[in-house]
Amino acid sequence: MTLTAPAKAATAPRQPALRRAWQAVSPYTYVAPFFTLFAAFGLFPLIYTAYVSLHRVELQDPGSMEWRGLGNYTALLGDEFFWTALRNTFTIGLLSTVPQLVMALALAHLLNHRLRGRTFLRTAMLLPYATSVAAATLVFAQLFGRDFGLFNYVLGLVGVGPVDWQSGTLSSQIAVSTIVVWRWTGYNALIYLAGMQSIPSELYEAAEMDGASRWRQFFHVTLPGLRPTILFTVVVSTIGATQLFGEPLLFEGSMSGGISHQYQTLGLYMYEQGWGFFHLGRAAAIAWVMFLLILVLVGANALIARRRSRKEAGR
Amino acid sequence: MTALADPPAAPPAPAPAAGPPGPGRRRRSGAGRTLKAGPLAYAVLILAVLVSAFPFYWTIVAASRTNADLAQVPPSLVPGPHLIRNFEAVLAEADIGKALLNSLIVSGSITVGTVLCCTLAGFAFAKLRFRGRGALLAITVGTMMIPPQLGVIPLFMLIAELQWVNQLQSVILPGLVSAFGVFFMRQYLVQSLPDELIEAARVDGASTARIFWSIVVPIARPGMAVLGLLTFMAAWNDFFWPIVALSSQEPTVQVALRQLGGGYVHDQSVIMAGTLLGTLPVLLVFGLLGRQIVGGIMQGAVKG
Repeated sequence: MTLTAPAKAATAPRQPALRRAWQAVSPYTYVAPFFTLFAAFGLFPLIYTAYVSLHRVELQDPGSMEWRGLGNYTALLGDEFFWTALRNTFTIGLLSTVPQLVMALALAHLLNHRLRGRTFLRTAMLLPYATSVAAATLVFAQLFGRDFGLFNYVLGLVGVGPVDWQSGTLSSQIAVSTIVVWRWTGYNALIYLAGMQSIPSELYEAAEMDGASRWRQFFHVTLPGLRPTILFTVVVSTIGATQLFGEPLLFEGSMSGGISHQYQTLGLYMYEQGWGFFHLGRAAAIAWVMFLLILVLVGANALIARRRSRKEAGR
Repeated sequence: MTALADPPAAPPAPAPAAGPPGPGRRRRSGAGRTLKAGPLAYAVLILAVLVSAFPFYWTIVAASRTNADLAQVPPSLVPGPHLIRNFEAVLAEADIGKALLNSLIVSGSITVGTVLCCTLAGFAFAKLRFRGRGALLAITVGTMMIPPQLGVIPLFMLIAELQWVNQLQSVILPGLVSAFGVFFMRQYLVQSLPDELIEAARVDGASTARIFWSIVVPIARPGMAVLGLLTFMAAWNDFFWPIVALSSQEPTVQVALRQLGGGYVHDQSVIMAGTLLGTLPVLLVFGLLGRQIVGGIMQGAVKG
């Protein structure tokens, strides 16, 4: 940190002791409001989750805790729906993150041209981001209706028979992922656009002089220049995907994520255990598993990114 | 994505991030590679805009028709005459009116409180020297990416202990915690508040509090506005924690929408009318200040 603090003003020696003491303390009063709230409502719950996960705690009486050791975790590993939720979280995560980021990259590339109405285009693409999960999901659930949904009607026009977007495993997961993709593609496109605009133009000029085509410039200048931005969006989307909750909850309005749990995610499974079956201790264990999952996934991302950039550097 | 109102930040862009790109600079930014867009590029971009906007249009269509209309083949693609009737139905059935008021109170309080807390702390981290500053900042930034959703169980036990379940403060107080906001305001002030200004004020004998209110706040105002906008939208749209902490007796808009989708209202057009009412305020904010929101996201961006 390269901050300079002007606390030692020229008047220091003439200050009375009380004032000097106050000057040493006063910075803390500026961070105190935030850190008081942060400790109580941010840090404490995160850490305490691990402790709660070792106890039996029921929703009816959240004040009483009974030691259970690793019982919540073994119960979790023995529950087939935990494994279903874990698998669904992965597949829905892939189905939503990959198309979202690829399309965002393409859109950002187009937005990086000289355009008429660029403010309008950017704002319009961010519109889904301003919509709440709940509102977006209710609308998409309607559009994905099996009998009277608009999507099935359009598919019917091109000769594809009605798809059951609710009870099929793959079809329901595609439907849920579509909502995520719709809400986040424009946001990621703007992040990529900001990254593209920070790539120095000399690199493109040099590439042009070397006779590189537009296409090659995209792959050899734009993409390497965007690497930190791409890593950031991958990490954020991965974290978002492990937390996915509102979309599967409201898609049909049930906590089980479909009749055979076909699109129940870990986030939804945690909610079902805690607020559907009243097992808060078990829900805390799920939260802790999700935390570990995030650590592993983010670590893997960082490792891959580092290895790739080292390989590039060695070339 | 259902993080509480605490979005992580993008990597601080190495670019000239601060300040709006003026027309003169615009030519050089964009990597100077301002290729003119061809017709194909426009076609794809306009398609993307249509895909972004279509669900909104469809919400208006569905909210202005009857349930029977929606079950027709082929479906009707233009708005009908029943919008007001459906609004009345949803106001009566799901108490959307109270939900809108509650959401306004909750999001407004969270916005004001967050901007204040984050500006105070951001100023201290940017310009004041004190013991433990580095460690405290590291804790703040280090937890920025951890989804608050992971802490909901102890948080619920806490507010149950305090007897706050079903009261708005159970959503407002945790909503004030924004590690992202502290970091955002710190970055903003590091870039835009010159040390010389503070030193000069100190030589003139101004106290830190005086400096904060008459120098820092006026300079920080644009950053505070962007943070406020993003915080308001995130708070309005927050889903997980409100449905845990509140119920239909004291709903926010998202809680009311969850109940609408939960199956006890079967009339699709009424559900769509509720969705429309619950989305309108945030769309209004977006319509008026969309440009600033886009700028804020591109400057050092945010995810909610």
